[in-house]
Amino acid sequence: MLDAEFFRRWMTAAAASVDREADRLTALDSPIGDADHGSNLRRGFAAVAAALEKEAPGTPGAVLALAGRQLISTVGGASGPLYGTLLRRTGKALGDGAEVSTEQLAEALRTGVDAVRTLGGAAPGDKTMIDALVPAVDALGESFAAARAAAEEGAAATTPLRARKGRASYLGERSIGHRDPGATSAALLVAALEEAAGE
Amino acid sequence: MSDGELVGIVLVSHSAEVAASVAELAKALSGGGGAVPVAPAGGTASGGFGTSAELVSAAAASVDRGAGVAVLTDLGSAVLTVKALLAEGDELPERTRLVDAPFVEGAVAAVVTASTGADLAAVEAAAEEAYSYRKT
Repeated sequence: MLDAEFFRRWMTAAAASVDREADRLTALDSPIGDADHGSNLRRGFAAVAAALEKEAPGTPGAVLALAGRQLISTVGGASGPLYGTLLRRTGKALGDGAEVSTEQLAEALRTGVDAVRTLGGAAPGDKTMIDALVPAVDALGESFAAARAAAEEGAAATTPLRARKGRASYLGERSIGHRDPGATSAALLVAALEEAAGE
Repeated sequence: MSDGELVGIVLVSHSAEVAASVAELAKALSGGGGAVPVAPAGGTASGGFGTSAELVSAAAASVDRGAGVAVLTDLGSAVLTVKALLAEGDELPERTRLVDAPFVEGAVAAVVTASTGADLAAVEAAAEEAYSYRKT
């Protein structure tokens, strides 16, 4: 079973990973975006880590709700409301139990990913974070390691795609050949989940 | 009509200057729009380009007179931030609507319509209709 401490470890690991990879995320965002993805997410997840330390919410759902709210209010770019919605909706779907099963987490994450799809209007294949998140949620039933691998694979597979959402979509065919920064950061978030599980 | 209270307008742009200027422009072009509560929410809280959920919430609260608040945005994170705040339920005043409209033309139409004492649905419809004004 996964308790609030597990979810705090997830968010802390995500903050550390985003901090380490911020320059790479921003570099990916330079040719097809506005070169702020890494710095925006670094600021957002630093705020998440600080808020969790200060408030120490006692349930998995409350940890993710707080994290999501922080991302919406501190990121400043489109990834803020998108990741914020992912975590808040996932947290809401987890309810207020003190512990949740991996199956419950997988189901709640699917609800969260659906909310992101509704918010941003993106479908698989549009070259967005959805391309990493959907396969990750599908593989989560198997293991955290399988989810990480699926997210990474999904992010890598965005390179040949033509962007259909967000600023990159204005570039049309010129977006082809660049790996999507949002799918890349989504894969980091899923990898942090495996890290939190200690697998 | 809504008990004499005017609908509030919030203008959300990635740029603080764009939001503030469009607010000024809309008020100037609307003649009688001086009484309409209009608030810009541009850029990030630290003064950069982007969207600040806090600035959007504060702007919406500042123009809420009880008749509803119409929010117009430019693009990308401005749209997504407002949608996410609306989905939260308690971050924006009751009867706050994201309006699907062109930013400049929609702002002018919204402020002019609001200045007549029109209700939120009429303000929203006027702003949306701005899409249909072709320039060629």
